[in-house]
Amino acid sequence: MVNPTLEKLKENFADSILEIVEHRGQLSVSIKKEALLLICKFLKDEAELKYNFLSDVCGVDYPERGKRFDIIYNLYSLPFRWRVRLKVGLAEGEAINSVTSIWKAANWLEREVFDMFGVKFDNHPDLRRILMPDDWEGHPLRKTYPLTTEEIAFSHNKDKLTK
Amino acid sequence: MGPQHPATHGVLRIVLELDGETVVKATPMIGYLHTGIEKTAENKTYSQVIPLLDRTDYVANLSNNLGYVLAIEKLLDIEAPPRAQVVRVLLTELTRIASHLVWIGSHAADIGAISMLLYAFREREMLMDIFETVSGQRMMTSYFRIGGLAKDLPSSDEFERRVKEFIKIFPGKIQDYENLLTKNKLWLQRTVGIGAITVEEAINCGLSGPMIRGCGMNWDIRKSNPYSGYEKFDFDIPTGKNGDAYDRYLVRVEEMRQSLRIVEQALNGIPKGDYITRVPGVTYPPKEIVKKEMEALIYHFKIAEEGFTAPPGEVYYSIESPKGELGYFIVSDGTSKPYRVRIRPPCFVNLSSFNRLVAGRLIADVVAIIGSIDIVLGEIDR
Repeated sequence: MVNPTLEKLKENFADSILEIVEHRGQLSVSIKKEALLLICKFLKDEAELKYNFLSDVCGVDYPERGKRFDIIYNLYSLPFRWRVRLKVGLAEGEAINSVTSIWKAANWLEREVFDMFGVKFDNHPDLRRILMPDDWEGHPLRKTYPLTTEEIAFSHNKDKLTK
Repeated sequence: MGPQHPATHGVLRIVLELDGETVVKATPMIGYLHTGIEKTAENKTYSQVIPLLDRTDYVANLSNNLGYVLAIEKLLDIEAPPRAQVVRVLLTELTRIASHLVWIGSHAADIGAISMLLYAFREREMLMDIFETVSGQRMMTSYFRIGGLAKDLPSSDEFERRVKEFIKIFPGKIQDYENLLTKNKLWLQRTVGIGAITVEEAINCGLSGPMIRGCGMNWDIRKSNPYSGYEKFDFDIPTGKNGDAYDRYLVRVEEMRQSLRIVEQALNGIPKGDYITRVPGVTYPPKEIVKKEMEALIYHFKIAEEGFTAPPGEVYYSIESPKGELGYFIVSDGTSKPYRVRIRPPCFVNLSSFNRLVAGRLIADVVAIIGSIDIVLGEIDR
């Protein structure tokens, strides 16, 4: 059976699609931020597609680009066993709509993206840090976040010890 | 509850809002084991990432390795030779049994059947010996490599003998576990109807693995999107009906039997041939040639020192780990280090619907439900 995902998307959302990449047999579609919820709902409900399973939400940081963050949604169709990847580009400080209203699975996954990249999700029921402590500064998976520096936890007698 | 609590399977902290003994709301607090594996991976070469992944889901390390090497092989567009594929399937299924043994032991011990832990770990020890035979390591094996295996199976018959012995005794042991638990009144009281979830809700919450099969959804990536030659093996996917802790228990016990079937088929059908595909510049040249030829030695040195470069692009590859859908999303920018390694952790997503499972139940059920989700905090926190 031929996978109609791309045709269906082109048919219905021609204006919202920015880029289509097929690499190693995997379909990846960059879309406009505004169309995210509409496209997700469409992919989930359309009878010939049924992307009813949200596998993953994650972020990638490209600090040299204008829209530095890519938020990536990996969808899976349980009835048809297909996968598709949606991508939304975001600039620093820009927020994106949460897909928790469509898939409850997005709740923690989006919290992790928020924690690791500092991307805000609008209409998220519980947007807090998840892996890092609440008072942590910075977002570790940003490329600008250094890998090695860590504050010394117990430094009250550091001077005495290093004298 | 937690983070230091014997029934939370690691450092999981749960904030429980109670009305007497009844749970009103449960909020899991995670991150105590966060070690930044995804961040670290961005600063390692592709091959150096493999040992890090042993330490995510540390009771099923070979599944983690398998998902990652398959993702990188997809990225490079190479394939492991038939021998390596069958050995990978064999060892991954043994890993699944080992993971389920840790689960059945700790889950039963949480509920009060302490002796199960001892029985399960006794059998797991046999598996640890098998892993040690092939890789030299019991737990952190890092045995799968990009393109194949780290080394060939041992030339002595020790590996075959140990696996055969395991295949011989293990069905009886599963029967022992079932005799102790399946119709045990206490076990039934503690698990039947506990932590139930419907199939629609399970799909919406992103549950995978035994969690979703326990609801009656027949979805296993080994069957639906086969990898590493799983389509050549004959096995069934057990499913439950009610989606409660008891059905998840039945599914996992039956999965151990099915894994054993796969192991038996794989052991009888290990093809001869090379254990790693020889791609110049990606995998090492054969050792015999390295000893004789200068160029081969240089290549070996360069791969060990600098790694290999992968063509720019992205892949998402997922496998059926003992816990559910374990996915890897890899972004390559054309250098020898991955630009981004995203691990899609099954336990993390399975745990995220925890509140839905425990709300309205008693505190004692919380312990049973944590056990039935089968979480490993190393993977949740990464």
